[in-house]
Amino acid sequence: MKLLYFAWVRQKIGKGEEDVKPPAGVATVRDLIRHLTALGPGYADAFADLSRLRAAVNQEHAGFDAPIGDDDEIAFFPPVTGG
Amino acid sequence: MKTRIKIQTAPFDLGPELEEMSQGAGALATFTGHVRGEDGIETLMLEHYPGMAEREIARHIDDAARRWPLLGVTVIHRVGELKPGERIVLVAVAASHRREAFAACEFLMDHLKTTAAFWKQEQRGTETRWVEAKASDDNAAKRWK
Repeated sequence: MKLLYFAWVRQKIGKGEEDVKPPAGVATVRDLIRHLTALGPGYADAFADLSRLRAAVNQEHAGFDAPIGDDDEIAFFPPVTGG
Repeated sequence: MKTRIKIQTAPFDLGPELEEMSQGAGALATFTGHVRGEDGIETLMLEHYPGMAEREIARHIDDAARRWPLLGVTVIHRVGELKPGERIVLVAVAASHRREAFAACEFLMDHLKTTAAFWKQEQRGTETRWVEAKASDDNAAKRWK
């Protein structure tokens, strides 16, 4: 599973992307967030307030209940501010 | 319909972009966004999600083309380091008549603001701050539903 982080999510976690193999039972974006939060203080800080966080699965906006699998590309970022 | 989406670090000129796409069109509506120099902003850093940003813009262009008869759409968005006064974004829509050109241009800009994967960081001296999303932008996009 490929993970991508943008803007302050990237800064808090300290990297822009990584490959992970989450344990069995991680079936949704929310499960993945719970798993990542336990990996260290940077992750915990990035995922502390889910109201400020957005996610995408395979480059499409997705809710936290979206299902995910090993071959997916999951991205976490703040609400977008382009234009 | 001719579609062009470009995400680039380099500055862009309006003339050549608009000249070509408006050939044969009765109407051309454009929006250009610039970096504001307010509150002492020295630099604006723009980050994007390569792949997703382009896909999201393409999706909104498809939506716009289903709503209005359009002849061409060009969207250019700069990323990287920008200074006050520089152009950030261009949305240009060619159509046969002004009404659909104006409407589609505004539709595209409203949706680009709220869903396209770009993030702005303001820099003042050594201080940096991520720009927060605005509820007014969400409301602007919602009125097209």
